[in-house]
Amino acid sequence: MALLKRLAEHDREILPFTLDGQPVSGLAGDTLLTAMLTCADHLRGSDFSAEPRAGFCLMGACQDCWIKLGDGRRVRACATLLEPGLSVSREPGRNL
Amino acid sequence: MKPTDIVIVGAGPAGIRAAQTLVAYGLQPCLIDESLRGGGQIYRRQPENFKRSTKALYGFEASKAEAVHSTLDGLRNEIDYRPETLVWNAESQTLDTLCNGVAAQVPYKHLIVATGATDRILPVPGWTLPGVYSLGAAQIALKFQGCAIGERVVFAGSGPLLYLVAYQYAKAGAKVLAVLDSSALSAQTRALPSLLGQPATLAKGIYYRGWLTAHGIAVHQGVELDSIQGQQRVRSVQWRDGEQLKRLDCDAVGFAHALRSETQLADLLGCEFAWSALNRAWLPSRDAAGRSSVEGVYLAGDGAGIMGADAAEMAGELAALTLLSDTGHHIDQARSDELQRRLEGIQRFRHGLETAFPFPENWAANAPDAMTVCRCEEVSAGDIRQTVAQGHWEVNRVKAMCRVGMGRCQGRMCGLAATEIVAQAAGRDIASVGRLRGQAPIKPLPFGVEIEP
Repeated sequence: MALLKRLAEHDREILPFTLDGQPVSGLAGDTLLTAMLTCADHLRGSDFSAEPRAGFCLMGACQDCWIKLGDGRRVRACATLLEPGLSVSREPGRNL
Repeated sequence: MKPTDIVIVGAGPAGIRAAQTLVAYGLQPCLIDESLRGGGQIYRRQPENFKRSTKALYGFEASKAEAVHSTLDGLRNEIDYRPETLVWNAESQTLDTLCNGVAAQVPYKHLIVATGATDRILPVPGWTLPGVYSLGAAQIALKFQGCAIGERVVFAGSGPLLYLVAYQYAKAGAKVLAVLDSSALSAQTRALPSLLGQPATLAKGIYYRGWLTAHGIAVHQGVELDSIQGQQRVRSVQWRDGEQLKRLDCDAVGFAHALRSETQLADLLGCEFAWSALNRAWLPSRDAAGRSSVEGVYLAGDGAGIMGADAAEMAGELAALTLLSDTGHHIDQARSDELQRRLEGIQRFRHGLETAFPFPENWAANAPDAMTVCRCEEVSAGDIRQTVAQGHWEVNRVKAMCRVGMGRCQGRMCGLAATEIVAQAAGRDIASVGRLRGQAPIKPLPFGVEIEP
Protein backbone atom coordinates (compact mmCIF):
# COMPACT_ATOMS: atom_id res chain seq x y z
CA MET A 1 0.00 0.00 0.00
CA ALA A 2 1.17 3.49 -0.78
CA LEU A 3 2.96 5.58 1.82
CA LEU A 4 2.86 8.97 0.11
CA LYS A 5 -0.35 10.63 -1.10
CA ARG A 6 -0.45 12.67 -4.28
CA LEU A 7 -2.14 16.03 -3.72
CA ALA A 8 -1.32 17.92 -6.92
CA GLU A 9 0.26 17.67 -10.37
CA HIS A 10 -1.76 14.59 -11.34
CA ASP A 11 -1.77 15.47 -15.03
CA ARG A 12 1.63 14.19 -16.11
CA GLU A 13 2.96 11.56 -18.45
CA ILE A 14 2.77 8.03 -17.00
CA LEU A 15 6.14 6.25 -16.86
CA PRO A 16 6.21 2.46 -16.46
CA PHE A 17 8.88 0.77 -14.36
CA THR A 18 9.19 -2.47 -12.43
CA LEU A 19 9.37 -2.90 -8.67
CA ASP A 20 10.56 -6.29 -7.46
CA GLY A 21 9.70 -7.62 -10.91
CA GLN A 22 6.11 -6.33 -10.88
CA PRO A 23 5.01 -3.77 -13.46
CA VAL A 24 4.08 -0.47 -11.81
CA SER A 25 4.11 3.16 -12.90
CA GLY A 26 5.04 6.63 -11.79
CA LEU A 27 4.69 10.08 -13.34
CA ALA A 28 7.24 12.16 -15.24
CA GLY A 29 8.99 14.39 -12.71
CA ASP A 30 8.68 11.88 -9.87
CA THR A 31 11.79 11.02 -7.96
CA LEU A 32 12.34 7.30 -7.58
CA LEU A 33 11.34 7.75 -3.95
CA THR A 34 7.99 9.27 -4.93
CA ALA A 35 7.38 6.71 -7.67
CA MET A 36 8.12 3.79 -5.32
CA LEU A 37 6.30 5.12 -2.26
CA THR A 38 3.11 5.98 -4.15
CA CYS A 39 2.75 2.26 -4.95
CA ALA A 40 4.56 0.64 -2.00
CA ASP A 41 5.33 1.41 1.63
CA HIS A 42 9.09 1.07 1.88
CA LEU A 43 12.31 1.40 -0.14
CA ARG A 44 14.64 -1.14 1.43
CA GLY A 45 15.43 -3.17 4.52
CA SER A 46 17.90 -1.69 7.00
CA ASP A 47 21.49 -2.92 7.24
CA PHE A 48 21.41 -4.22 10.82
CA SER A 49 17.84 -5.35 11.53
CA ALA A 50 16.26 -5.66 8.06
CA GLU A 51 13.49 -3.32 9.21
CA PRO A 52 11.69 -1.44 6.47
CA ARG A 53 12.97 2.04 5.64
CA ALA A 54 11.41 4.71 3.46
CA GLY A 55 13.88 7.60 3.52
CA PHE A 56 13.82 10.41 6.04
CA CYS A 57 15.24 13.81 5.01
CA LEU A 58 14.43 13.92 1.27
CA MET A 59 17.34 16.34 0.75
CA GLY A 60 20.27 14.01 0.22
CA ALA A 61 21.61 14.28 3.75
CA CYS A 62 20.43 11.21 5.69
CA GLN A 63 21.46 8.51 3.15
CA ASP A 64 18.44 6.42 4.18
CA CYS A 65 17.08 6.00 0.65
CA TRP A 66 19.94 4.32 -1.25
CA ILE A 67 18.52 1.75 -3.67
CA LYS A 68 19.99 -0.52 -6.31
CA LEU A 69 18.78 -0.35 -9.90
CA GLY A 70 18.57 -3.23 -12.36
CA ASP A 71 21.61 -1.94 -14.26
CA GLY A 72 23.72 -2.13 -11.10
CA ARG A 73 23.70 1.57 -10.28
CA ARG A 74 23.22 2.56 -6.66
CA VAL A 75 21.36 5.85 -6.28
CA ARG A 76 19.66 7.96 -3.65
CA ALA A 77 15.95 7.57 -4.42
CA CYS A 78 15.13 11.10 -3.18
CA ALA A 79 17.55 12.76 -5.60
CA THR A 80 17.12 10.64 -8.71
CA LEU A 81 14.32 11.19 -11.20
CA LEU A 82 12.32 8.23 -12.47
CA GLU A 83 13.14 7.13 -16.01
CA PRO A 84 10.77 4.92 -17.99
CA GLY A 85 11.65 1.24 -18.02
CA LEU A 86 13.82 1.25 -14.90
CA SER A 87 13.81 -1.88 -12.81
CA VAL A 88 14.17 -1.62 -9.05
CA SER A 89 14.59 -4.63 -6.79
CA ARG A 90 14.26 -3.71 -3.16
CA GLU A 91 17.08 -4.98 -1.01
CA PRO A 92 15.84 -6.92 2.01
CA GLY A 93 18.62 -5.66 4.27
CA ARG A 94 20.40 -7.79 6.84
CA ASN A 95 19.54 -8.88 10.33
CA LEU A 96 22.83 -9.04 12.25
CA MET B 1 41.05 36.39 -12.66
CA LYS B 2 40.48 33.20 -14.56
CA PRO B 3 36.96 31.76 -14.53
CA THR B 4 37.74 29.01 -12.00
CA ASP B 5 39.61 31.13 -9.45
CA ILE B 6 36.45 31.59 -7.37
CA VAL B 7 34.21 28.69 -6.45
CA ILE B 8 30.90 28.85 -4.60
CA VAL B 9 29.53 25.66 -3.06
CA GLY B 10 25.74 25.65 -2.74
CA ALA B 11 23.14 27.27 -5.01
CA GLY B 12 20.67 28.31 -2.35
CA PRO B 13 19.82 31.94 -1.53
CA ALA B 14 23.36 32.60 -0.22
CA GLY B 15 25.26 31.01 -3.10
CA ILE B 16 23.07 32.58 -5.78
CA ARG B 17 23.42 36.11 -4.35
CA ALA B 18 27.17 35.59 -3.97
CA ALA B 19 27.44 34.55 -7.63
CA GLN B 20 25.31 37.49 -8.75
CA THR B 21 27.51 39.93 -6.83
CA LEU B 22 30.73 38.53 -8.30
CA VAL B 23 29.27 38.71 -11.82
CA ALA B 24 28.25 42.33 -11.22
CA TYR B 25 31.95 43.06 -10.61
CA GLY B 26 32.96 41.35 -13.85
CA LEU B 27 34.04 37.97 -12.48
CA GLN B 28 33.03 34.47 -13.55
CA PRO B 29 32.67 32.22 -10.52
CA CYS B 30 32.04 28.50 -10.60
CA LEU B 31 28.81 27.61 -8.75
CA ILE B 32 28.59 23.97 -7.66
CA ASP B 33 25.33 22.54 -6.37
CA GLU B 34 24.13 19.08 -5.50
CA SER B 35 20.52 19.61 -6.55
CA LEU B 36 18.88 19.38 -9.95
CA ARG B 37 17.65 22.93 -10.31
CA GLY B 38 19.11 25.09 -7.55
CA GLY B 39 17.23 27.39 -5.18
CA GLY B 40 18.36 25.60 -2.02
CA GLN B 41 15.86 23.86 0.24
CA ILE B 42 13.42 26.57 1.33
CA TYR B 43 13.19 27.89 -2.25
CA ARG B 44 13.58 24.45 -3.83
CA ARG B 45 12.09 24.37 -7.32
CA GLN B 46 9.63 21.80 -8.57
CA PRO B 47 10.54 19.76 -11.68
CA GLU B 48 10.20 21.65 -14.96
CA ASN B 49 7.03 19.86 -16.10
CA PHE B 50 5.09 20.76 -12.92
CA LYS B 51 2.53 23.55 -13.23
CA ARG B 52 1.75 24.94 -9.76
CA SER B 53 2.24 28.69 -9.39
CA THR B 54 5.03 30.10 -7.22
CA LYS B 55 2.26 31.54 -5.02
CA ALA B 56 0.90 28.03 -4.45
CA LEU B 57 4.40 26.73 -3.69
CA TYR B 58 5.92 29.47 -1.57
CA GLY B 59 2.95 31.48 -0.25
CA PHE B 60 4.07 34.78 1.26
CA GLU B 61 7.63 34.08 0.09
CA ALA B 62 6.66 33.69 -3.59
CA SER B 63 8.23 36.94 -4.76
CA LYS B 64 11.48 36.22 -2.90
CA ALA B 65 11.63 32.70 -4.33
CA GLU B 66 10.94 34.00 -7.85
CA ALA B 67 13.66 36.63 -7.50
CA VAL B 68 16.22 34.06 -6.36
CA HIS B 69 15.27 31.65 -9.17
CA SER B 70 15.26 34.26 -11.91
CA THR B 71 18.64 35.51 -10.69
CA LEU B 72 20.08 32.00 -11.07
CA ASP B 73 18.46 31.63 -14.52
CA GLY B 74 19.96 34.95 -15.60
CA LEU B 75 23.42 33.93 -14.41
CA ARG B 76 23.57 30.59 -16.22
CA ASN B 77 25.55 31.91 -19.17
CA GLU B 78 27.68 34.25 -17.05
CA ILE B 79 29.06 31.63 -14.66
CA ASP B 80 30.32 28.06 -14.63
CA TYR B 81 27.17 26.52 -13.11
CA ARG B 82 27.44 22.85 -12.18
CA PRO B 83 24.19 21.37 -10.90
CA GLU B 84 23.85 17.74 -9.74
CA THR B 85 27.43 17.91 -8.53
CA LEU B 86 28.50 16.72 -5.11
CA VAL B 87 31.56 18.23 -3.43
CA TRP B 88 32.80 15.28 -1.39
CA ASN B 89 36.20 16.52 -0.28
CA ALA B 90 37.85 19.89 0.19
CA GLU B 91 41.50 20.60 0.62
CA SER B 92 43.64 23.65 0.25
CA GLN B 93 43.00 25.03 -3.27
CA THR B 94 41.17 21.92 -4.53
CA LEU B 95 37.68 20.47 -4.32
CA ASP B 96 36.84 16.88 -5.22
CA THR B 97 33.51 16.54 -6.99
CA LEU B 98 31.26 13.84 -8.37
CA CYS B 99 28.77 14.40 -11.19
CA ASN B 100 26.88 11.57 -12.93
CA GLY B 101 29.40 8.99 -11.75
CA VAL B 102 32.41 11.02 -12.90
CA ALA B 103 34.87 12.30 -10.31
CA ALA B 104 36.77 15.51 -10.98
CA GLN B 105 38.96 18.04 -9.21
CA VAL B 106 38.08 21.71 -9.18
CA PRO B 107 40.90 24.09 -8.28
CA TYR B 108 40.15 27.38 -6.54
CA LYS B 109 41.92 30.34 -5.05
CA HIS B 110 38.87 31.73 -3.27
CA LEU B 111 35.96 29.74 -1.98
CA ILE B 112 32.53 30.71 -0.67
CA VAL B 113 30.99 27.90 1.36
CA ALA B 114 27.18 28.12 1.37
CA THR B 115 26.21 24.59 2.32
CA GLY B 116 22.94 25.36 4.12
CA ALA B 117 21.21 23.34 6.76
CA THR B 118 19.17 20.26 7.52
CA ASP B 119 16.56 19.60 10.18
CA ARG B 120 17.81 19.21 13.75
CA ILE B 121 16.53 15.83 14.85
CA LEU B 122 15.92 14.68 18.42
CA PRO B 123 14.92 11.04 17.90
CA VAL B 124 11.95 9.34 19.55
CA PRO B 125 11.21 5.61 19.69
CA GLY B 126 9.74 4.60 16.34
CA TRP B 127 11.41 7.35 14.31
CA THR B 128 12.87 4.89 11.78
CA LEU B 129 9.41 3.61 10.74
CA PRO B 130 8.25 4.25 7.17
CA GLY B 131 5.95 7.29 7.34
CA VAL B 132 8.19 9.27 9.71
CA TYR B 133 10.01 12.15 8.02
CA SER B 134 11.77 15.31 9.03
CA LEU B 135 9.75 18.53 8.78
CA GLY B 136 11.97 19.65 5.93
CA ALA B 137 11.30 16.36 4.16
CA ALA B 138 7.55 16.80 4.59
CA GLN B 139 7.85 20.22 2.99
CA ILE B 140 10.00 18.90 0.12
CA ALA B 141 7.52 16.09 -0.58
CA LEU B 142 4.83 18.72 -1.06
CA LYS B 143 6.81 21.48 -2.79
CA PHE B 144 9.03 19.37 -5.00
CA GLN B 145 6.75 16.39 -5.64
CA GLY B 146 3.16 17.49 -4.95
CA CYS B 147 2.79 14.73 -2.34
CA ALA B 148 1.90 14.55 1.34
CA ILE B 149 3.90 12.17 3.55
CA GLY B 150 0.65 10.31 4.36
CA GLU B 151 -3.16 10.42 4.46
CA ARG B 152 -3.43 11.52 8.11
CA VAL B 153 -0.44 13.52 9.24
CA VAL B 154 0.77 14.71 12.65
CA PHE B 155 3.50 17.35 12.89
CA ALA B 156 5.68 17.58 15.99
CA GLY B 157 8.78 19.18 17.41
CA SER B 158 9.34 22.90 17.51
CA GLY B 159 10.50 25.95 15.61
CA PRO B 160 8.94 28.20 12.96
CA LEU B 161 9.00 25.43 10.33
CA LEU B 162 6.56 23.36 12.43
CA TYR B 163 3.70 25.82 11.92
CA LEU B 164 4.68 26.72 8.37
CA VAL B 165 4.68 23.09 7.18
CA ALA B 166 1.41 22.29 8.98
CA TYR B 167 -0.19 25.34 7.33
CA GLN B 168 1.18 24.46 3.88
CA TYR B 169 -0.09 20.88 4.18
CA ALA B 170 -3.58 21.86 5.29
CA LYS B 171 -3.75 24.55 2.62
CA ALA B 172 -2.76 22.00 -0.07
CA GLY B 173 -5.58 19.69 1.00
CA ALA B 174 -3.73 17.26 3.25
CA LYS B 175 -5.39 15.97 6.39
CA VAL B 176 -3.40 17.41 9.31
CA LEU B 177 -4.62 15.78 12.53
CA ALA B 178 -2.56 17.71 15.07
CA VAL B 179 0.45 19.91 15.72
CA LEU B 180 2.52 18.99 18.79
CA ASP B 181 4.79 21.86 19.84
CA SER B 182 7.31 21.16 22.60
CA SER B 183 7.50 24.85 23.47
CA ALA B 184 4.91 26.40 25.73
CA LEU B 185 2.75 29.38 24.77
CA SER B 186 4.30 31.25 27.72
CA ALA B 187 7.74 30.97 26.06
CA GLN B 188 6.37 32.54 22.90
CA THR B 189 4.78 35.36 24.87
CA ARG B 190 8.11 35.95 26.64
CA ALA B 191 9.89 36.15 23.32
CA LEU B 192 7.57 38.79 21.84
CA PRO B 193 9.69 41.87 22.65
CA SER B 194 12.72 40.57 20.73
CA LEU B 195 10.57 39.21 17.88
CA LEU B 196 9.01 42.64 17.29
CA GLY B 197 12.23 43.71 15.57
CA GLN B 198 11.16 41.75 12.46
CA PRO B 199 7.41 42.49 12.47
CA ALA B 200 6.67 40.97 9.05
CA THR B 201 8.23 37.62 9.99
CA LEU B 202 6.49 37.66 13.36
CA ALA B 203 3.14 38.45 11.71
CA LYS B 204 3.48 35.48 9.34
CA GLY B 205 4.20 33.14 12.27
CA ILE B 206 1.14 34.39 14.15
CA TYR B 207 -0.92 34.07 10.97
CA TYR B 208 0.00 30.39 10.41
CA ARG B 209 -0.74 29.58 14.05
CA GLY B 210 -4.10 31.38 13.92
CA TRP B 211 -5.04 29.85 10.57
CA LEU B 212 -4.54 26.32 11.92
CA THR B 213 -6.78 26.99 14.90
CA ALA B 214 -9.38 28.71 12.73
CA HIS B 215 -9.47 25.63 10.49
CA GLY B 216 -10.03 23.24 13.38
CA ILE B 217 -6.53 21.76 13.49
CA ALA B 218 -5.57 20.92 17.05
CA VAL B 219 -2.40 22.68 18.22
CA HIS B 220 -1.00 21.32 21.48
CA GLN B 221 1.71 23.46 23.07
CA GLY B 222 4.13 22.54 25.81
CA VAL B 223 3.79 18.82 24.97
CA GLU B 224 6.54 16.30 24.40
CA LEU B 225 6.54 13.78 21.55
CA ASP B 226 6.92 10.44 23.36
CA SER B 227 6.97 7.73 20.68
CA ILE B 228 5.67 6.58 17.34
CA GLN B 229 3.97 3.20 17.09
CA GLY B 230 3.68 0.73 14.22
CA GLN B 231 5.11 -2.49 12.84
CA GLN B 232 5.86 -2.01 9.15
CA ARG B 233 4.74 1.63 9.12
CA VAL B 234 3.31 4.37 11.32
CA ARG B 235 0.02 3.52 13.06
CA SER B 236 -0.13 6.08 15.86
CA VAL B 237 1.76 8.74 17.73
CA GLN B 238 1.98 9.24 21.48
CA TRP B 239 2.85 12.38 23.42
CA ARG B 240 3.15 13.55 27.00
CA ASP B 241 1.00 16.44 28.15
CA GLY B 242 1.97 17.15 31.75
CA GLU B 243 1.34 13.89 33.59
CA GLN B 244 -0.89 12.48 30.86
CA LEU B 245 0.07 10.26 27.95
CA LYS B 246 -2.07 10.86 24.87
CA ARG B 247 -2.26 8.81 21.70
CA LEU B 248 -3.62 9.52 18.25
CA ASP B 249 -3.96 7.19 15.26
CA CYS B 250 -2.21 8.52 12.16
CA ASP B 251 -0.16 7.20 9.25
CA ALA B 252 2.58 9.81 9.02
CA VAL B 253 4.64 12.02 11.33
CA GLY B 254 6.81 14.99 10.38
CA PHE B 255 9.10 16.19 13.15
CA ALA B 256 12.20 18.26 13.92
CA HIS B 257 13.45 20.79 16.43
CA ALA B 258 14.55 23.68 14.23
CA LEU B 259 17.61 23.41 11.97
CA ARG B 260 21.29 22.52 12.12
CA SER B 261 24.14 23.81 9.97
CA GLU B 262 25.90 21.62 7.40
CA THR B 263 29.52 22.20 8.41
CA GLN B 264 31.48 19.24 7.00
CA LEU B 265 33.18 21.16 4.16
CA ALA B 266 34.23 24.00 6.46
CA ASP B 267 35.64 21.34 8.77
CA LEU B 268 37.63 19.62 5.98
CA LEU B 269 38.96 23.03 4.94
CA GLY B 270 40.44 23.46 8.39
CA CYS B 271 38.21 26.34 9.49
CA GLU B 272 38.29 27.11 13.20
CA PHE B 273 35.10 26.22 15.01
CA ALA B 274 33.62 27.92 18.06
CA TRP B 275 30.77 26.96 20.36
CA SER B 276 27.54 28.81 19.61
CA ALA B 277 25.21 28.79 22.60
CA LEU B 278 22.47 30.26 20.39
CA ASN B 279 22.67 27.36 17.91
CA ARG B 280 23.69 24.86 20.61
CA ALA B 281 26.35 23.65 18.20
CA TRP B 282 29.99 24.03 17.20
CA LEU B 283 30.08 26.27 14.14
CA PRO B 284 32.83 27.47 11.80
CA SER B 285 33.85 30.94 12.96
CA ARG B 286 33.17 33.86 10.62
CA ASP B 287 33.84 37.52 11.12
CA ALA B 288 31.08 40.08 10.59
CA ALA B 289 32.04 40.36 6.91
CA GLY B 290 31.91 36.60 6.19
CA ARG B 291 35.59 35.58 6.41
CA SER B 292 36.42 32.20 7.91
CA SER B 293 39.67 31.64 9.84
CA VAL B 294 41.25 30.22 6.65
CA GLU B 295 42.56 32.74 4.15
CA GLY B 296 40.53 32.74 0.95
CA VAL B 297 37.61 30.82 2.46
CA TYR B 298 34.35 32.66 3.13
CA LEU B 299 31.20 31.41 4.86
CA ALA B 300 27.65 32.46 3.99
CA GLY B 301 24.14 31.41 4.90
CA ASP B 302 22.78 28.78 7.28
CA GLY B 303 25.87 26.56 6.90
CA ALA B 304 27.68 28.75 9.43
CA GLY B 305 24.78 29.37 11.83
CA ILE B 306 21.01 29.30 11.39
CA MET B 307 19.59 32.70 10.41
CA GLY B 308 17.10 31.87 7.68
CA ALA B 309 16.70 32.56 3.97
CA ASP B 310 16.54 36.38 4.08
CA ALA B 311 19.80 36.49 6.03
CA ALA B 312 21.33 33.93 3.67
CA GLU B 313 20.71 36.24 0.68
CA MET B 314 22.39 39.10 2.53
CA ALA B 315 25.27 36.97 3.80
CA GLY B 316 25.94 35.63 0.30
CA GLU B 317 26.16 39.12 -1.15
CA LEU B 318 28.25 40.28 1.81
CA ALA B 319 30.74 37.39 1.55
CA ALA B 320 31.17 38.13 -2.15
CA LEU B 321 31.77 41.84 -1.46
CA THR B 322 34.33 40.94 1.22
CA LEU B 323 36.08 38.54 -1.15
CA LEU B 324 36.17 41.27 -3.80
CA SER B 325 37.55 43.79 -1.34
CA ASP B 326 40.19 41.32 -0.11
CA THR B 327 41.33 40.75 -3.70
CA GLY B 328 41.82 44.43 -4.44
CA HIS B 329 38.51 45.37 -6.02
CA HIS B 330 36.95 48.68 -5.16
CA ILE B 331 33.60 47.75 -3.63
CA ASP B 332 30.52 49.63 -2.50
CA GLN B 333 31.50 49.86 1.19
CA ALA B 334 28.20 51.49 2.16
CA ARG B 335 26.35 48.45 0.83
CA SER B 336 28.64 46.13 2.79
CA ASP B 337 28.04 48.15 5.97
CA GLU B 338 24.29 48.10 5.41
CA LEU B 339 24.24 44.32 4.93
CA GLN B 340 26.18 43.84 8.15
CA ARG B 341 23.73 46.09 10.03
CA ARG B 342 20.73 44.22 8.69
CA LEU B 343 22.29 40.86 9.55
CA GLU B 344 22.79 42.06 13.12
CA GLY B 345 19.08 42.86 13.28
CA ILE B 346 18.17 39.36 12.11
CA GLN B 347 20.57 37.89 14.67
CA ARG B 348 18.64 39.68 17.44
CA PHE B 349 15.41 38.20 16.06
CA ARG B 350 17.07 34.80 16.09
CA HIS B 351 17.66 35.16 19.85
CA GLY B 352 13.95 35.83 20.20
CA LEU B 353 13.10 32.69 18.24
CA GLU B 354 15.28 30.65 20.58
CA THR B 355 13.28 32.02 23.51
CA ALA B 356 10.01 31.27 21.72
CA PHE B 357 11.04 27.73 20.73
CA PRO B 358 13.53 26.69 23.43
CA PHE B 359 15.61 23.54 23.12
CA PRO B 360 13.96 20.75 25.17
CA GLU B 361 16.69 20.47 27.81
CA ASN B 362 15.25 17.26 29.29
CA TRP B 363 15.29 15.35 25.98
CA ALA B 364 18.52 13.40 26.61
CA ALA B 365 17.62 12.40 30.17
CA ASN B 366 14.21 11.13 29.00
CA ALA B 367 15.45 9.20 25.95
CA PRO B 368 14.83 5.47 26.64
CA ASP B 369 17.80 3.08 26.41
CA ALA B 370 16.16 1.02 23.66
CA MET B 371 15.63 4.02 21.37
CA THR B 372 17.64 4.07 18.14
CA VAL B 373 19.77 7.21 17.95
CA CYS B 374 21.92 6.41 14.90
CA ARG B 375 19.59 5.16 12.16
CA CYS B 376 22.42 4.13 9.80
CA GLU B 377 24.24 1.83 12.24
CA GLU B 378 21.26 1.24 14.56
CA VAL B 379 23.03 2.37 17.71
CA SER B 380 20.73 2.92 20.68
CA ALA B 381 20.76 5.50 23.47
CA GLY B 382 21.65 2.60 25.80
CA ASP B 383 24.67 1.68 23.65
CA ILE B 384 25.91 5.27 23.94
CA ARG B 385 25.33 5.35 27.71
CA GLN B 386 27.24 2.07 28.11
CA THR B 387 30.17 3.58 26.25
CA VAL B 388 30.05 6.62 28.51
CA ALA B 389 29.90 4.29 31.53
CA GLN B 390 33.22 2.81 30.33
CA GLY B 391 34.76 6.23 30.82
CA HIS B 392 34.47 7.79 27.36
CA TRP B 393 32.98 11.26 27.06
CA GLU B 394 34.57 12.88 24.00
CA VAL B 395 32.11 12.35 21.16
CA ASN B 396 34.66 11.10 18.57
CA ARG B 397 35.91 8.52 21.09
CA VAL B 398 32.33 7.47 21.74
CA LYS B 399 31.86 7.14 17.98
CA ALA B 400 34.97 4.94 17.71
CA MET B 401 33.71 2.69 20.51
CA CYS B 402 30.03 2.22 19.62
CA ARG B 403 29.79 3.43 15.98
CA VAL B 404 27.26 6.19 16.62
CA GLY B 405 27.65 8.70 13.77
CA MET B 406 29.88 6.34 11.80
CA GLY B 407 27.31 5.31 9.21
CA ARG B 408 26.48 6.61 5.78
CA CYS B 409 25.10 9.95 6.94
CA GLN B 410 28.23 10.65 9.01
CA GLY B 411 26.21 11.86 11.93
CA ARG B 412 24.13 14.44 10.06
CA MET B 413 20.94 13.00 11.51
CA CYS B 414 22.15 11.62 14.87
CA GLY B 415 25.31 13.59 15.73
CA LEU B 416 23.74 16.35 17.77
CA ALA B 417 21.39 13.94 19.54
CA ALA B 418 24.31 11.63 20.36
CA THR B 419 26.25 14.58 21.74
CA GLU B 420 23.33 15.49 23.98
CA ILE B 421 23.14 11.94 25.35
CA VAL B 422 26.91 11.77 25.92
CA ALA B 423 26.91 15.09 27.79
CA GLN B 424 23.92 14.12 29.92
CA ALA B 425 25.26 10.64 30.72
CA ALA B 426 28.75 11.95 31.49
CA GLY B 427 27.43 14.83 33.57
CA ARG B 428 29.34 17.29 31.41
CA ASP B 429 28.47 20.56 29.79
CA ILE B 430 27.21 20.07 26.20
CA ALA B 431 29.95 22.33 24.81
CA SER B 432 32.71 20.27 26.45
CA VAL B 433 32.11 16.87 24.80
CA GLY B 434 33.29 18.05 21.39
CA ARG B 435 31.89 17.69 17.89
CA LEU B 436 31.97 14.89 15.36
CA ARG B 437 34.82 15.56 12.94
CA GLY B 438 34.07 15.58 9.23
CA GLN B 439 35.62 12.88 7.06
CA ALA B 440 35.98 12.66 3.30
CA PRO B 441 34.05 11.53 1.39
CA ILE B 442 31.38 13.53 3.21
CA LYS B 443 28.70 11.54 1.36
CA PRO B 444 28.95 7.99 0.00
CA LEU B 445 30.67 7.49 -3.36
CA PRO B 446 29.83 4.54 -5.58
CA PHE B 447 32.47 1.99 -6.50
CA GLY B 448 33.55 2.28 -10.11
CA VAL B 449 33.72 6.06 -10.20
CA GLU B 450 35.18 7.31 -13.47
CA ILE B 451 38.04 9.76 -13.03
CA GLU B 452 38.09 12.77 -15.29
CA PRO B 453 41.52 12.81 -17.02
